[in-house]
Amino acid sequence: MREQPPLIEADRLSVDVPGRGLPFLRRAPLSILAEVSLTVRPGEIVCLIGESGSGKTTFGRALLGLVRPSSGRIEVDGVPLPDFSARSFRALRRQAALLFQDPVSSFNPRQRIGAMMAEPRAIAGVGSTRLADIVALAGQVGLSERFLARFPHALSGGQARRAAVARALSVTPRLIVADEPTAGLDVSVQGGVLNLFLDIREQHDTAFLLITHNLSVVRHIADRIVILYLGRVVESGRADDVLRAPRHPYTRALLDSEPVPDPTRRRAEPPVIGEVPSIARRPAGCEFHTRCPRAQPRCRSEAPVLADEAGGRQVACHFPLPGAVSIPAPGRRMAKS
Amino acid sequence: MAMLTDTATPDTPTEAAGSHEPRALARFATTLAHILSTPLGAIGLLLAMLIVLTALLAPLIAPYDPTAINVKDRLADPSLTHLLGTDQLGRDLFSRVILGTRTAMTVALTALATALALALPLGLVAGYGPRWLDGPMVLLFDSISSLPMIMLGLAVVVLIGPGVPTVILVIVLYSVPSYARLVRTQTLSLKSRDFIKAEQAMDAGTARILFRHLLPNVIGPLLILACLDISTVITLEAGLSFLGLGVKPQIPSWGNILSDGFAVIRKSAVPVVAGGVPLVLATLGFTFFGEALRDALDPRLARERRP
Repeated sequence: MREQPPLIEADRLSVDVPGRGLPFLRRAPLSILAEVSLTVRPGEIVCLIGESGSGKTTFGRALLGLVRPSSGRIEVDGVPLPDFSARSFRALRRQAALLFQDPVSSFNPRQRIGAMMAEPRAIAGVGSTRLADIVALAGQVGLSERFLARFPHALSGGQARRAAVARALSVTPRLIVADEPTAGLDVSVQGGVLNLFLDIREQHDTAFLLITHNLSVVRHIADRIVILYLGRVVESGRADDVLRAPRHPYTRALLDSEPVPDPTRRRAEPPVIGEVPSIARRPAGCEFHTRCPRAQPRCRSEAPVLADEAGGRQVACHFPLPGAVSIPAPGRRMAKS
Repeated sequence: MAMLTDTATPDTPTEAAGSHEPRALARFATTLAHILSTPLGAIGLLLAMLIVLTALLAPLIAPYDPTAINVKDRLADPSLTHLLGTDQLGRDLFSRVILGTRTAMTVALTALATALALALPLGLVAGYGPRWLDGPMVLLFDSISSLPMIMLGLAVVVLIGPGVPTVILVIVLYSVPSYARLVRTQTLSLKSRDFIKAEQAMDAGTARILFRHLLPNVIGPLLILACLDISTVITLEAGLSFLGLGVKPQIPSWGNILSDGFAVIRKSAVPVVAGGVPLVLATLGFTFFGEALRDALDPRLARERRP
């Protein structure tokens, strides 16, 4: 798998929101995403993890050109897009599908589900939009024919999610970007959706970029993990490595904040201090230092670079956790500064 | 109206599959059933149909020539020979009311249809088109709207002279900006919605997004506004006619009947009532019909009403 060129590669992709107002009085542009690099190889499931406001949704949209990147480069099969115009994104959009966080709102409220499922085929002029074929498509995601005549608002959360997946599948994309694919679903339905993704990968070798903050999803499905903090990658690597032995204190804190159904492992103190800083006022130095339990004077002044490590891992921290050296015992708290 | 109904009703999988006619008919039937399922909708449809039919069959219904002057019989009381009596020139009021319906409908429907046809593309372009075009277009809409209606009317009449086409032109000029602004606002709010973003992510062309996804979602509120405006337009026509800027006095129109009746109100109240009642019925009928149509065309509202 490693020898093939990546299906899609984002290289130091940044998204800025320009300030509003008159020239000269205009506020400085807000940096939503700062030089995020990420690759997805064919058939790979990459999870992009971060808190609300970390820019993970923006990244998914920027990758398909729905949000215009302000700098950086996107490569498809090793070929870079010439620029970020709508024309350049066309080929990419035809090979990728985007699943929105709220599937109901991603359907035209005045179109029936069946017509919406056929939409990508109608746009591309590829594949059949005959009723029988749309029924077969719905069958792939476990929706029966009677749902096709319904309007989006008449579906449950899980059904709408499946319908959205069916729409994505209708032109057999090579990449599916799924924004919070399990948001608002019962745990049992969540598992169904994730297993559906695994089946799709099995059948079509489809790659996935899952954008989520749900760590149980990540454990279940991820091949690789990329962790965002304030629109910047703080750690990335193979899912097993990162989950078992996080190197960045933020990753550690995220993993620790996951509720554990075991009363003997009750948490003594919150793993992360305080609130997420505003991207309008990014902290100097390491942007996590305001909340980091291991912060040192150096962290306040000097920003760490995202350094490559063995095994394809990357960490942006001056004082990374031991990581691969030892597997932390359950219930172990991180060192305090 | 039926044509607009069809474009606004949602597409179905079979439609995507190719067969059109039976589905279109079924859609029309469901829309009709929705409208008839509420009392106000039924009344509205009934009144609207009554007025449209009267307008279509006016020469067959009217017992007299509405322009025939008979000074001996002027201001006659209602009787079996003259159902609503006669006006100050002895013209049969019933015939004038009936043919006035035709004038009202001609002006209202032509003017509104033209205004809608012009406003839809303008509003869509302002809302979805290039950003630099939006500002100038809104400025243009606002400039036209800021002119007082009567001033605009006077200016147009001076330029091309009074008559039915002039009234229609004035109404079109006056209503296009407000419709276009509504379309623009709707388009702007829909543009950032996920389903339009989803279309963009699927690489849908601009035409497809505009006509298959934005238009059906924009046309509902526009239709109700147009139906509500039918009454305003009829009143406008009456107002312009009253000032001598509209329909020529000898042509029967509700506005002319009202203004004629206004002059003789101390002698007889019948002409004012005869001109006013159809105006009220038309206003109510088209308002109710418009609201029922809006509800029927919105699948969400329809679902709530019929569990």
